[in-house]
Amino acid sequence: MKMYLNSIFADPERTARLVDIAKTSLQPLLEGAVMNTIPLSIISFIIGLILAVLTAIARISQVKFFQIIARIYVSAIRGTPLLVQLFIIFYGLPNIGLTIDPFISAVIGFSLSVGAYASEIIRAAILSIPKGQWEAGYSIGMSYTQALKRIILPQAARVSLPPLSNSFISLVKDTSLASVVLVTEMFRRAQEITAANYEFLLVYSEAALIYWVICFFLSVIQGFLEKRLERYVS
Amino acid sequence: MISIKGLYKQFGQLEVLKGIDLQVEKGNVVVVIGPSGSGKTTMLRCLNVLETPTKGVILIEGQSLDFSKAVPKRSVASFRRLTGMVFQNYNLFPHKTAIENVMEGPVIVKGVDKEVARKRAKVLLEKVGLGDKVSYYPAQLSGGQQQRVGIARALAMEPEVMLFDEPTSALDPELVGEVLKVMKDLAQEGMTMIVVTHEMRFAREVADEVIFMDGGVIVERNKPEEIFTNPIEERTRKFLNMIQ
Ligand SMILES: Nc1ncnc2c1ncn2[C@@H]1O[C@H](COP(=O)(O)OP(=O)(O)OP(=O)(O)O)[C@@H](O)[C@H]1O
Ligand SMILES: [Mg+2]
Repeated sequence: MKMYLNSIFADPERTARLVDIAKTSLQPLLEGAVMNTIPLSIISFIIGLILAVLTAIARISQVKFFQIIARIYVSAIRGTPLLVQLFIIFYGLPNIGLTIDPFISAVIGFSLSVGAYASEIIRAAILSIPKGQWEAGYSIGMSYTQALKRIILPQAARVSLPPLSNSFISLVKDTSLASVVLVTEMFRRAQEITAANYEFLLVYSEAALIYWVICFFLSVIQGFLEKRLERYVS
Repeated sequence: MISIKGLYKQFGQLEVLKGIDLQVEKGNVVVVIGPSGSGKTTMLRCLNVLETPTKGVILIEGQSLDFSKAVPKRSVASFRRLTGMVFQNYNLFPHKTAIENVMEGPVIVKGVDKEVARKRAKVLLEKVGLGDKVSYYPAQLSGGQQQRVGIARALAMEPEVMLFDEPTSALDPELVGEVLKVMKDLAQEGMTMIVVTHEMRFAREVADEVIFMDGGVIVERNKPEEIFTNPIEERTRKFLNMIQ
């Protein structure tokens, strides 16, 4: 550490070179973030959430078949590494003639992952809503679906907001794994830059810093949303 | 008119209702009393079909359900609309304001136009004395106010019968009166009501008939002045002595 710092500050020429690399790296890194990391996160999260709600509903349904399908899906995704899943989708599927674009592969992988993990969050949130809420819905003539949609899910959404926000923040960081399936998201950009200049510490730290800034903003938004949804809670 | 014939309800091995027979004339108010665990809540919940009776027939204003056979979901839903349920712990929707709670049934279940439903809900909330609280969330209301929203929510579906399950027993004593007042007004307007309550004054003043339940059967039924001053059955006498 000390040597590294010394080597920077003792040698004005090297200092200038590092500052220059830091500056010129910023643009491609941000580009990777804006063009890929962020869209990949958002798209995967939205699709993942839809999958998660459906899976949670299947899990609590009276129909055994839906329950089993949902259980197998969640178990398979949670029981295997995300990296391996991405490899199967991108490098594996072409063996059976299914070649998928890197970005799409990553979206599929991340959506499936979010869908499985978030379904457990949503299921727990649904089960945490008192039985009396269902009954109040039924008592004014609602069907199961109406009560679920109008009464239970909105309340479950509030309960699951903090854990879901955490999932989203994790997802933003996990998208760095998409670098291995050739998505030029931020981390892959960093790898490309270091391949040319070997300044690993500097460039990877710079990427880390950008991840941190993004996640910091997300947690600010999370706090804001939680405040808003707290309005009606006793 | 409501008519219950041979109503049985069993939870696993536990038989909770053991053949309830009851008729309530249109516009009458029936107060149900009885010791804890005697099946009062279960009977109301059967009328609202929140519980499916093991057997028996319920008839409300010409529509009947026979639970000795399997009942299709669709007829349960339409049957449920005949009764409005008021719960002991209100069960308001916490994510909706007072007026949204009241509008929800008409808009979602009956498909009433939103603005029409809003106007009607406003009238109902005024009727229960909450015209100034329409856009409050349940958490911002007192227990008595919440229960009055609960009553308005049930009324919004224009039920034939209102069912009340100990509507004031979760309330602080000073809030009981405001809820009973609303119920009394309803009774005077001619609403048919079945009320489980231990508010004896309410029973005396409002009820056309008082029913004493014990062990899953109706032990005694009579006019309030009769049953309170001159109970026929020993069990009724014991219970009344205990609570008075
Ligand atoms: N869902 C259920 N599953 C199993 N047993 C139940 C269920 N609901 C009620 N019971 C039982 O049925 C019996 C009657 O309950 P119910 O709630 O109808 O009594 P109650 O007369 O309303 O009593 P309280 O005055 O305490 O409200 C009790 O023994 C209760 O434990
Ligand atoms: Mg009860």
